[in-house]
Formats: sequence, structure tokens, C-alpha cells
Amino acid sequence: MSITVYVPCDSGAISLGADRVAAAISQQAMQRGLDIELVRNGSRGMYWLEPLVEVATDNGRIAFGPVQINDVAGLFDADFLSGGDHTLSLGLTEELDYFKKQQRLTFARVGITDPISLDGYLAHEGYRGLHNALTMAQADIVKAVTDSGLRGRGGAAFPTGIKWNTVLNTPSEQKYIICNADEGDSGTFSDRMVMEGDPFVLIEGMTIAGLAVGATQGYIYLRIEYPHAHKALTAAIETAYQTGYLGDDIQGSGKTFHLEVRLGAGAYVCGEETSLMESLEGKRGLVRFKPPLPAIKGLFGQPTVVNNVISLASVPIILDKGGEYYRDFGMGRSRGTLPLQLAGNLKHTGLVEIAFGLTLRELLYGFGGGSASGRPIKAVQVGGPLGAYLPESQFDTPLDYEAFAAIWTVLGHGGVVAFDDTVDMAAMAKYSMEFCAIESCGKCTPCRIGSTRGYELMDEIMQGRELDKNISLLRSLCDTLLNGSLCALGGMTPYPVLSALNHFPEDFGINEKANIA
Amino acid sequence: MTEPSTTQPTVQDIITALKDKPGALLPILHGIQDAMGYIPPDSVPVIARALNLSRAEVHGVISFYHYFRETPPGKHTLHLCRAESCQAMGASELEAHVKAKLDIDFHETTADGQFSLEPVYCLGNCACSPAMQIGHDIYGRVSPDTFDGIINELEQSA
Repeated sequence: MSITVYVPCDSGAISLGADRVAAAISQQAMQRGLDIELVRNGSRGMYWLEPLVEVATDNGRIAFGPVQINDVAGLFDADFLSGGDHTLSLGLTEELDYFKKQQRLTFARVGITDPISLDGYLAHEGYRGLHNALTMAQADIVKAVTDSGLRGRGGAAFPTGIKWNTVLNTPSEQKYIICNADEGDSGTFSDRMVMEGDPFVLIEGMTIAGLAVGATQGYIYLRIEYPHAHKALTAAIETAYQTGYLGDDIQGSGKTFHLEVRLGAGAYVCGEETSLMESLEGKRGLVRFKPPLPAIKGLFGQPTVVNNVISLASVPIILDKGGEYYRDFGMGRSRGTLPLQLAGNLKHTGLVEIAFGLTLRELLYGFGGGSASGRPIKAVQVGGPLGAYLPESQFDTPLDYEAFAAIWTVLGHGGVVAFDDTVDMAAMAKYSMEFCAIESCGKCTPCRIGSTRGYELMDEIMQGRELDKNISLLRSLCDTLLNGSLCALGGMTPYPVLSALNHFPEDFGINEKANIA
Repeated sequence: MTEPSTTQPTVQDIITALKDKPGALLPILHGIQDAMGYIPPDSVPVIARALNLSRAEVHGVISFYHYFRETPPGKHTLHLCRAESCQAMGASELEAHVKAKLDIDFHETTADGQFSLEPVYCLGNCACSPAMQIGHDIYGRVSPDTFDGIINELEQSA
């Protein structure tokens, strides 16, 4: 009987040599006359162990990692196919502390199945949510999502059920579901992992959204930087059409849902929902004024649901197990789980899906294992390039939307980037202004001109020129950006800038701890 | 990138195949750049006519998006991540090394036409920082040494 060996096809694992390792394993097996079945799974999300090779045994899957091409012959010599002992042996994958301590709802299948195998998806509880939804009234589907307490995982944390309800109750011949897969926030990669590691869950979530609000066409707006996700989604969508999970008669129900992937072209601002819709319509990605809300007048002027990948990928389990099941995880008004992404200078970087409520410190040290460099962690940016920098004194904040808002920070899309004490926070503030200047769509003046002025000001400050005057000018400029910008790009660039200034004034050449904005 | 050849679809073929899609302009521009490596300026009026747009509108869209280019790229396009997570793991030092090694700045192509260098703001490989992409191939935990190895390998395979 053949032995199943898993080598991830996740692009992060590939970036560390997974393709070469997979080829070497096949070659060694052939040379030795051993019968193996090589499955390319998604990543378990433990990137310091990638490429993580797993072998299926009677007791469960045994992990070996990080495996490099030179290790492969040795693994065969040690009879790793029977779980033989080797220095890279990590024991049962699911007993690994990092993995075991998580609560994987949205990521239940990621790293376990072959991402583009529909059989694998169905064998692991896939499409159960859709089958329930096909028997439900539209309002009941929306109610299940509302009851779950799910809030937009893209960053804005708007209640998903309320958005769906608006679209449901806005009459129109044509409505749309858009999946915002323009995961441009630096330090985040959970969308990518889902799309590469379990694309059917996103397709299922979007199909359910379509049934719920009466939309027959969906678009996944995917960033061009994700070619592996594009490949996986394209293959899964094709299979879904061939097997009646997409198309004009979904599973014999007579209901219609069509789905297409559209590629972005490297503009960060197109992750903003109105800019994204402009881009989908074939235009420059200029941000639109709101109102009208996209739920009422969105893509091509029609009612449109725009949800992030993780929001939509969380819908199938809610429809499968019920809104209450999902709602029972979490704290306060942050219900369910959040896939957090540990990045930057941490020993154990990767994906941690866990109920809201864990503190940042537990995440950084309990999961992340402290800094990779072994130096103290000086600052952590949570929530992407527009998120605030948190100093050590704020590490005990629980991961909860409201708790973060209370200290003028955001959870955003759940990205966590750690810096050790070699970082210059003034340089990071300058970078934030530079990033805003490069990515501004140019429609509103505070963002278009303010970001460039901010970059120039930071240059002056870093050279120690007229600090009193220039720091007060920087604060005034941030106030203009914060209150006068059309969207979050200009409106939130002050978060990293001012948090760096307020918490690390010494890096700006000043001594006093300024008043927190 | 790909060399144009007779087996490649022409600009007109691409436009004809895609022009009836809702919001067809970006798919068309991607189609042309996939086939030619860039969007030749003389394709702009053809696209504009097919979509009933002005040339200025088409040009405005091309110039808005960082990914689209109007000049031919080098044989390999290298996207180097400049974002925070990579910075936390030495991306600035890597960037200086890459620019010195290739002797070009961002948005430039080496004199021998081998490499074009572009900045990118996150490749979603933040757990394996610093990251870069060459064509569709992604690399993680890139050090100056591993970078030299990758470049040498690409030059030898040429």
C-alpha cells in the first residue's frame, strides 16, 4: 500500500524550497522502489518549520521540518515513511504546541487537504454550509450570519450580517458579491493562505452570500502579487462549475451563481472598497464618496456586498454549525475567531487562528517565541501599514476590536509585525508617509499633498532641524490627514506616525513623552 | 519576460476576446502585458477605439497602476519587498546590496537587459521575511548571500 507524504504547495513554503524538496522526495522514492503518494497540501502556518513534510501513519500525521533538499536522502535512510526517528522529526503535527493551542474554524482544512481536490473538501465537512443554505429562506441565511456576530475581517470590523441585510432589502435586477482579495496590508497573509490552501471554502462562502442577498454574479478581486492563489482559485472554480457547485443550477436547486477572478495591478488603494469597484469597472482606482453605500449603489451602480476573504471564508462554518456556535468564541463585541499573522522579527512566525481575547503579549511570546534576533522587542505594528505601533507597555491589551480602539490602535486584518530594539521609529514614521505618498489615489488633497509634505517634514526632523517647530507642524499635518481625508489611506497614516512619535519621542530627537492624541 | 513571437496572440486578438466583459480594460491590459511583457504605446489607440474610450482615459489607467509598464522589461523582473515586516528582518540592507550588485535603482533595467528591479509593498510572505519575487517565483528569508546565489543561477541558466 502506498504511503501518503505531504509537502505544502503554499507559496511561503515554496519560497523556502518546498518544490525542490517535493521533487527530491519523489525521486528518492522512485530510486528506492518505494510506493508513495505525494500530496501537495496547504501550509499548517508554522513557517519557521517550512518546508514541513508530513507522513501519514496509523497514529496520525508525523511532521518533519524544516526539510531542505540535502536532508531528503537522510530522511529515507532513517525510514521516515514509517515514522522513523530523525533529527528533523517533530512528532505528531497536531500535537505541536503552536498548532494545538489554536482554535481553527476558518482554517479548519488549511494544511490538511489537497487544496484543489473537491473530494478532499467534501470529506472534511466542505459544502455542508451551502447545502443548508439551499434549503433556507434568504432572510434566515442573513440572520444566521448576523447571529454569529461576524464582523468584517478586512479591518473595518463592520457587522457582516447588517451589510448583507441592506443588500437583501435593496431591490434590483442585478446584484453583486465582491470578494476583496487585494490583501495589500503588509504583515498580513491569511487571505493568501486560505486562497492557496482551501480555495473551495471561499467559493462556498461567496455562493452562500449570493443566495442570501439574491446576487447571481461574484468577482474575486485578487492582487497580482499572488500568482499561486490565482492558480488555485482558477482550478477550484473550474471544478466547481464542472460539478454543479457554480453555474445556473447549483446542485439542482435552480439557483444561479457565477464567479470570476479579476486581477488587480499593484495599487494598494484598490483594497479600499470603492476604489476596488472603480478598478473592477476598468477605471483608475479613485476612491468614491460615500454615501451612497456600496450595499445600495456599488459595482456598476448596483447593490453590492464587498467582503474580505476571511469574512466570506468564515460563512460556510456558520451556515454548517449555526450562528451560535461561532458566536460562542470570542469576547465582548468581538465574536468568533481571528486568524492572526505573526510576522517580522519573531522566532515563530506564522498563522494563529484563535478566539478574540488573547493578549498581544501571549501572542508575541507564547506563540511567537519572542524576537528572532534574540534582542528585546521594541515595537509591534498591528493591523497593517496604517496600524499604530505599540510599545511594550501596551502588550497586555487583549486582542479585541474595542480594547484596541480604546488605546488608539486597530486590530485591522490581524497582521502583527514585531521589531527589535535596533529599529529607528522616526525612520518607520518617515516610511509611513512615503508609503502613503506612493499609494495615494490622488483624489483628496490631505492625502495627496499631505503625505509628501509629511515625508519632507520627517526628513527635516531626522536631521534635527527646528525640532519644536517641525514636530508641531507634523502633528498639525496629521490632524489634517486624520480628519480631512476621503478614505483610510490618508485618514489612518497618522496612526503609525503619531504612535511612533508619542511612544518613542527619543527616536525623533525629543525627550518629553507627548500627550497621546 | 516572454519574447513576442508569431505564436503569441496579437493585441487585436486579446482585445477581441475580452472587450465584451464588463469592466474589460484591466483584463485587456493584463492580457497584453502577459503576452508582450509591457503595454506598447501603439496599442493604446487600438484599445481606446475598441472600448469607446479616449486615449487619455486608457493612458490614465495604465499610469495609475504600478504593475503596468509602457517600456519593455528586462529578461527577469525582480520585485523586492520594502514593507515593514521585511524591514524588520533586514530588507533595507538587502535593498542596498541588490542595487549595488545589479548597479541599478528601482524602476531601472540592467545594461545587459537581464534584470529589471521594482519595489513591491508586500508579497504576503511576511512570515519568511525578507521576501522577493522573480517573475512568478517567490523567495523567502533572502540574505545578500542567497541573493547572489539566485542571481548567479539565473545568469547561468540563460
